[in-house]
Parts: sequence; structure tokens; C-alpha cells
Amino acid sequence: MSRLWHWSRRCSRIFTRPNSSLASQLNSVTDADALHFSKILSSPSSVLSTLPSISTSPEELDIYNNDWMGKYCGKSTTVLKPKTTEEVSKIVKWCNDKRIGIVPQGGNTGLVGGSVPLRDEVILSLSNMTQVRSFDPISGILVTDAGCILQTLTDYVAPHNHIMPLDLGAKGSCQIGGNVSTNAGGLRLLRYGSLHGSVLGLEVVLPDGTILDQLTTLRKDNTGYDLKQLFIGAEGTLGIITGVSILTPPAPQASNNVILALPRFENVLPLYKTVKRQLSEILSAFEFIDRTAYDLAVKHGQGRALSEEEVEGAECFVLVETSGGRREHDEEKLNDLLESLLEAEEPLINTGVLAQNPAQFSSLWALREGVTEAVSKEGKAYKYDISVPLSTFKECVDLTRERLRSKGLLNDDQVRAVIGYGHVGDGNLHLNVIAKAYTPEIQDALEPFVYELVASHRGSVSAEHGIGAMKTHALHYSKDETSIAWMKKIKAIFDPNGIMNPGKVLE
Amino acid sequence: MRPSTTRLLNILVPVKRAVDYAVKIRVNPQQTGVDLNVKHSMNPFDEIAIEEAVRIRERLPKGSEPVTITALTIGPPKSVETLRTALAMGADAAFHIELPETAPAPEPLGVAKAVQAIIEKQLNSVDMVILGKQSIDDDLGQTGQMLAGLLDWGQATYASKVDLDLEQKNAVITREIDGGLEQVCVKFPLIVTTDLRLNEPRYASLPNIMKAKKKAVTKLTPADLGVSFKPQMEVIKVTEPPKRVGGTKVESVDELVEKLKAAGFTAVS
Repeated sequence: MSRLWHWSRRCSRIFTRPNSSLASQLNSVTDADALHFSKILSSPSSVLSTLPSISTSPEELDIYNNDWMGKYCGKSTTVLKPKTTEEVSKIVKWCNDKRIGIVPQGGNTGLVGGSVPLRDEVILSLSNMTQVRSFDPISGILVTDAGCILQTLTDYVAPHNHIMPLDLGAKGSCQIGGNVSTNAGGLRLLRYGSLHGSVLGLEVVLPDGTILDQLTTLRKDNTGYDLKQLFIGAEGTLGIITGVSILTPPAPQASNNVILALPRFENVLPLYKTVKRQLSEILSAFEFIDRTAYDLAVKHGQGRALSEEEVEGAECFVLVETSGGRREHDEEKLNDLLESLLEAEEPLINTGVLAQNPAQFSSLWALREGVTEAVSKEGKAYKYDISVPLSTFKECVDLTRERLRSKGLLNDDQVRAVIGYGHVGDGNLHLNVIAKAYTPEIQDALEPFVYELVASHRGSVSAEHGIGAMKTHALHYSKDETSIAWMKKIKAIFDPNGIMNPGKVLE
Repeated sequence: MRPSTTRLLNILVPVKRAVDYAVKIRVNPQQTGVDLNVKHSMNPFDEIAIEEAVRIRERLPKGSEPVTITALTIGPPKSVETLRTALAMGADAAFHIELPETAPAPEPLGVAKAVQAIIEKQLNSVDMVILGKQSIDDDLGQTGQMLAGLLDWGQATYASKVDLDLEQKNAVITREIDGGLEQVCVKFPLIVTTDLRLNEPRYASLPNIMKAKKKAVTKLTPADLGVSFKPQMEVIKVTEPPKRVGGTKVESVDELVEKLKAAGFTAVS
């Protein structure tokens, strides 16, 4: 009983957006539907439903209905966990016929409310589709079910000396189907590019139940329109990805990382230029965290902290990672870079620490990757994942903080901290406002302020997190009317009944 | 103002380059050991030893006479990296007893004799030797104790806390033992071996890494010291532990009882 209270308390009701006209034409799951699902799915554990025929207890559906941040709550009565593509196809066909909304769900680690229902749509979880279908160690091409967890795939290809082309903090829970559906970015994008490049083929169940099999393992295939690109980043609104064919790069033989302490934010840009030039092909990550973000990560035990001396006077930190084929070669380049940085006439850095062994390598990364978790332990986060010019990173954080201060919201009971961190190399800033609780006041102070700020820099209101339910109304800040009109036309062609993840991405 | 009664403190820290603890080790095809073609780094307990030596220096009141920390390693040419790490963490100088690439790994008795030789022939005076309690590749855990025996010095092993009294010339050390914690007081000169909870080693900061490049590393051969690393032990066979078999789910209490009985478990009452 107390767990149910806890889950319902965690979720605020502030984020129910006005229902789109499509969504209001959809039907709820009936008991007859639930019975039908349990017949077409091979395993009884594939159907969770609070409806009478199945009678699952409501608490069991909580983890599917609530998003990772505790910001978005769905009210689905039924969660389906098919084991094969055919089962997914049957479910979707039925739902299309009966006009029942479907929310495809992977690891449910999304940060924009795209993976949970807005109302009582059926949740179709890919968690039971966990087979690796094939791996070719020569080409590095991996074909897998959509429900495989990213870390599992990383471990799978490791003995063959390959790595996944993407890496993000949620790797222990997020699934590859979800990664592809959201065109996830992450820490390796700088080096290996986006999923639009590394995904070679997809198997998708379309909104009418048809299975679209484009699961090719060909590196090059210019035969007609490249349909898979539509599904990559469509956030489950055009179809459900059930299989992925992806190119995995060779694992670096040598990895190193270093955290640099900068006295002033203004040094980040020149530092990036220097690092890029001197490290060139071995640079694999360049991440930035401001001082507050670092302090938070340390406070919540995310990784071992640097010493007091080392962080004194640091306004922000940069984590640089190198990955290359030969340890000695990489170390030489890295050492030369670090020497030149320290011995420069006007040093860009105060100091830094270099990992001496794999354990320290992980610990330094934990300081950066753990910021997200530290934020959620500190309070309720408003996350703005924006692409803006690198030179404006600090300004965006400062202006947002000032805005909240001027509204009297910057205090321990309302907004506790405003921090910035992110993928400098990709021009992607994660602006986080950490509040004690989600309130309409704070929301109104932040939106549309932040979106307008981003638009003023011709930036993106969602660099990598996607639109989900959170930013459907903000799409126009980054895409013009023509673009949005054509998106809606494409959506109507694929999903005339509007059953696929209703209310997400497009209003 | 009372004149300082502290004198120069000399600490020796032997360190070992071992397979990194994060590596997933595999038994080699000959079943004589593990595949060594993997990442190596300083034995974690030796890192703790260096860290403790540096902290001892930092804990001394300002104005005390300086503390000299000397690191020492025995191994192939690559082992010098381990010394660089030690120097970057705060050691002042280092010795590298170089062995050929193909030589077998030194055993505790050989190491202890070599450390004894360094102390007696190369260093002016040593007040304290801090070693890791064991190395994570052979897990033998004998070197510190053997060294104490050879030198006839007091020892405190599995240390989780070290407090020096320079005036009294002794140390009070808390040891981790099976029953809990034990405190011993040992006169200088002494041997200390480190346990996990003694401290958390620091990151090597860039300025220190740069400085470390300029610190002295003295190379020696076993012949220079008059010691031999001829193995006294022969590894006959190394095998992996039996693979874990998956568990099974049972549908009812009766089935559980049946399976337990089949596996040979009997009820107590």
C-alpha cells in the first residue's frame, strides 16, 4: 500500500497537456481486449493487466506507467510484453482495428515523457525481446532484437574487440530499440557519429500491423528511399522497432582520460581548439561540467572526488577521453598536450588529474556520468537539453539562474540549483534546474523563457533527448511551419488512426 | 619556541606491477597461469601503501624535517611505469630492479631478500617499510612478514590505521583481524602492510605527473645486489572454478521440497 502512495506522490499531475484531437478518438482497453491479448501471447507473464480477466495488482504496473524522473505518470491498465516480432504484429493489428492507443516502451529511461502513456494507452514493452540475432566479427555488424539492453550488447561484442557506437549514462537499463527510436546521442557521438549513420537496417512493425523488414547487414545499399531514417528518432510515433542491424566499431586498444580544472568558463572554447588540434584522431570525448554540477556529483557519491587543492579556484571542469590503437602513441600525444597546457604562458587550465589505471578511468567518467543521477537525488529536475553555440553555454545557465532569482524562486524551498553540463564537442548543453518539487510557478518562469533563449541563438530545443510529451508545444522554436506540416503529413500516412504513441512529438 | 625534535624520516615502499583488478582474467591454454596480455597497473594495496607514506608526510606539522619516500619495484622494463605512478603520487625517488622480459615473476622470499639488500646497501637508513598486504595476482601475502624476519624488525600487518610518534620513535597501528580490530605499538624501524581500509589513494595530479618525470629512477640488476630470483615454487596447474549452473524456478512448495530432497538435503526436525 505504501509503495502505491509513494509512486503516486512522486508524480505530479501538472504535465497533462491538452489532448490532441487524434488522441481523443481512441478507445480504452476492455476486458475482452485483455483476454484476447492473453490468447495471442505465448506466455502468461507477457500480459499484465488490472482488468478483471488478468487481475494483476496495480503496483506491478507502476514501473511501466511512471517515467524515470517521476515527472510523468500514465494510467495504463495493461502492459504487454511480446516475445517475437509476430506477436508484436498481432497486437498492433488488433489495436489498430479497435482504435486502442499503443505506447512502445524500452528501458523507460527517456527524459521527456515519451515512454509512458498520457492516458490509458496500452504499454507495449520490448523487454522480452532480448535475442542477439547475429554478429559478424569481421565487419562488426550486429543484428539484434530491440529489447536488448545496451550494456548487454556492449558486453556481447567486447570479446570480439568491438564496442557499441553509442554510450550513455543509462546504458544499464536502456534498450537498443529505444536508443534507435530516439536517435540517442551520448558520450561517443563525437567520435562515432549519430545512429543515423551507424544503423544499417531496421525491422519495424507498422501501425497497421505490417512487418517492414529492412534488416539488412549491408554497409552500402542505395536502392530507393531510405525509409529507416524516418523511424530513427521518430520516438515510436511511426511504428515499433523490433529489430536493429548496427555497425559496431573496433574497440580501441588504448583508452585514457583526464579531468582538467579550468579557472574560467571562457577557456573552454580555446581549450577545445587546442585539444582537438593536438590529439586529433585519438580524441573520443570532450565533456564539460560546471562547478555546481561537479560538487553535486561528489556530494552524491558518484565517483571519487579530486583533492581540495585540485578543485580550488575551478569554475568548471572538462573531461577529455582518448581512444586509439597504440597505447604508447596515445600517451605520448596526451603527455605532450598536458605539458603544453601547463607550461603555456597563460595557462588555460589550473590543473588536472590523469587516470593511472582502469579503475581511475571509470571513476573519472563516473564524475561526469553520475551528474544525472546526482541531480535526481538532489531534487526534481527540469531538464533542458539544448544545442546552442559553445560560447553561449555559460550565458544560458547564468541567464536562467538570474531569471529565477528575479522571480524570487531561487531558494532552498523552490529552486535549489541551476547547473550546466554536456557534450561540448557536439555543442550540446544539458541545462538542469533542480527544484524541491515541480510547481506551475517554476514551470512558468522557465517556459517559454528557455525556449526563447535557445531560439534567439538559432539553437535546438532538444539536442538529443527528443520531444516526447514534454516539448510537443515547443517544436516550433526549432522547426518552421513547413517542416512541421510535412511531419504531420507523414504521420497521417503511416498512422491514419493515430494509435502509435499518441500525443508525442507532434501535437 | 620548542626546537623541533623530529628528524628525517625515511620510508621505503616496494610496489608491484600486476594485472589490473578490473580485468576479466582467463586461464592460459597451457593451464600454467592466466593470460597476461591484458592491462596491468600498480597492485591496489601498494597504491594504498604509497598513499599512506604521502599522508604521513602531510600529517607532520609544518617545519618538521623532511620525509623521504622511496619507491621500489622488481620486474621487466615496463615496470618503470608503476614507479612513475608512485612518483606522481608523491614518492621522491625510485629504484628499479630490472628483470628480463621472459623471467618468471619474483616470489615473496626473493622479493624480501632484494628489499633487504636495498636497505642494507643502497639507502642510508630506513625507518619504515610499507608494503601491500598481498598482491592481487598471486595472493601470497608473505613478503612483508618475510622481510620482517630477515631484518629482525617489528611488524604490523593488515593495517587500517597508522599513527607515528616521532619523539617516542614508535608507531601505534590498528590491525584488521578476524575478530575485529587490534592495536599494536611497534618500535622503529618497522614493517607495515596495508589493508583496504587504510586510505583511498589519490589521483595523480598533472603538475605532479610532470614533476615525476624529472625524479630519479635508479636501475639495478639482481647481480648488483647479490640476490637471486630463482623460483622456489613450481605452479603445476591452474584451472578456472566450475561454471555456475543456472537456478530453476519452482511452481509450488511441494516441488521445492522434492527438489531439495533429490539434492540430498534432509529436514532438521
